[in-house]
Amino acid sequence: MKDLIFSLIGLTAGVLFILALKGLSHPKTARRGNLLGALGATVAIILVFFELEKIENLGWIIGSIAFGLAVGVPAARKVQMTNMPQLVALFNGVGGGAAALVAIVEYLKHSEDMTVAFLIFTVFTVIVGCVSFSGSIVTFLKLQELMTTRPVVFPGGRFVIAATLASVLGVSVWVVQDTGTNPLLILAGLSLLFGILFVLPVGGADVPIVISLLNAFTGLTVAASGYVLDSTLLIIAGTLVGASGTILTRLMAEAMGRSLFGTLFGAFTAKPQAAAAADEERPVKSGSPEDVAILLNYARRVVIVPGFGLAVAQAQHTVREMADLLISKGIDVAYGIHPVAGRMPGHMNVLLAEANVPYEQLAEMDEVNPTFGQTDVAIVIGANDVVNPAAETTPGCPIYGMPILKVSDSANIIFLKRSMRPGFAGIENELLYDPKTTLLFGDAKASLTKVVSALKGL
Amino acid sequence: MDAIAVISIFVLAVFVGFEVVSKVSSTLHTPLMSGANAIHGVILVGAIIVADAANTNLELGLSVAAIILSTINVVGGFVVTDRMLEMFKPKKGGEQK
Repeated sequence: MKDLIFSLIGLTAGVLFILALKGLSHPKTARRGNLLGALGATVAIILVFFELEKIENLGWIIGSIAFGLAVGVPAARKVQMTNMPQLVALFNGVGGGAAALVAIVEYLKHSEDMTVAFLIFTVFTVIVGCVSFSGSIVTFLKLQELMTTRPVVFPGGRFVIAATLASVLGVSVWVVQDTGTNPLLILAGLSLLFGILFVLPVGGADVPIVISLLNAFTGLTVAASGYVLDSTLLIIAGTLVGASGTILTRLMAEAMGRSLFGTLFGAFTAKPQAAAAADEERPVKSGSPEDVAILLNYARRVVIVPGFGLAVAQAQHTVREMADLLISKGIDVAYGIHPVAGRMPGHMNVLLAEANVPYEQLAEMDEVNPTFGQTDVAIVIGANDVVNPAAETTPGCPIYGMPILKVSDSANIIFLKRSMRPGFAGIENELLYDPKTTLLFGDAKASLTKVVSALKGL
Repeated sequence: MDAIAVISIFVLAVFVGFEVVSKVSSTLHTPLMSGANAIHGVILVGAIIVADAANTNLELGLSVAAIILSTINVVGGFVVTDRMLEMFKPKKGGEQK
């Protein structure tokens, strides 16, 4: 009877997770969906305390949860919107690491009397959990710009990766046959290495796709550990995340015009790139904030294209002030939102929503692209790759095939940039040298503030 | 648990997972990923189970690490997703799509 009640409560948590994912798929219900997910997790965690068999480790368990809370909550609360993507990557990584640790402990305890099926699932959890952990750490370092954001490819890299993968598989067989501790530790080490090698060749706009993929991986490890620990709830929750994460990864890849296969196996197909022709001095037209204000003041239609630079400078309120000012002068203003502007899909929507930009002013790429022909000024704020025509004209460049915002169709283009440094993907942008382009160098917020005061003076 | 039950649960959950997110606008990709990320943090349940049954210091130490990591995952994940979604709340005159 007690078991039945526990099973039913566990099932409730599983249903809450389904409702959570369902809710998160629609803007109106998204927040409620997330809260349902949190409720499901809370129910599951409270439930497990009633199922504990020993009491002596309870202090350790509660203490560790308290410690995790003390680390996780402030990190999630205090992180700036700009740094959100890498925090998600980090959370995903620690989840994968936790799943791998759970499997390792279970193995240490029971490897002698585990069936082959159990051993296979344990091995799977250790491999994928470790890959997810180390891979997520690398994406974190990339997004935090603690290491180069460009694809890291070294000669013979694909052979090293293939060899690592082959050894992972070989050692897996060894673990299943030998059931000793050392083979498993070697397996964990090799899997960590493979995770690093897997993510290193991924660069620029593909990083969010990889985070999503690793997220799906972690889901599958959770499902596998659910099998090992005989927990239906973990199987349901993990499989849900694995399946929805896979679909989400595919949707994200499609939104960016990438093939999922290409991203997945980028590690095996990436070729070392010729260094971009550096030190080439080409004339660019840079303007003052007053020049920009005048261009804007006499426009009939202005499209604002925000990018990561806007997020870095926290300029979302200033950009809204500028837009409101232009609207009050009778100018038609829209924001052109590229699906992957910033560091993650939807990054810009979140940022502009924070500044209370009316939803109807935000135009998605497909809506705004046909209107650039009638646009007098496109003002690109801290974006680069998402407007780079190289995506259409240069086969073989890392962003080739990604749909872009066609700002080049508008009569004038203004770039607000910190420097001539190329964007996240590390590709030169020809548009910067276009005669109808005006560059305004500096921090986006500082520049926009100057433009706003110049506009007020006109 | 017998194999057929496990396989049934797995296959059905795969289809549910596919179905619920098959039509989602790119605006919600990040919060959805972040929310799903928080859900797999329930591996905390597994971490608690192994910690409870730990007999040696090594087992206990590894389980404690697993509990800490998965708590960060689950709690941080839901909090950060909520913060993202907070900004989508309907505004006066603003129509949510």
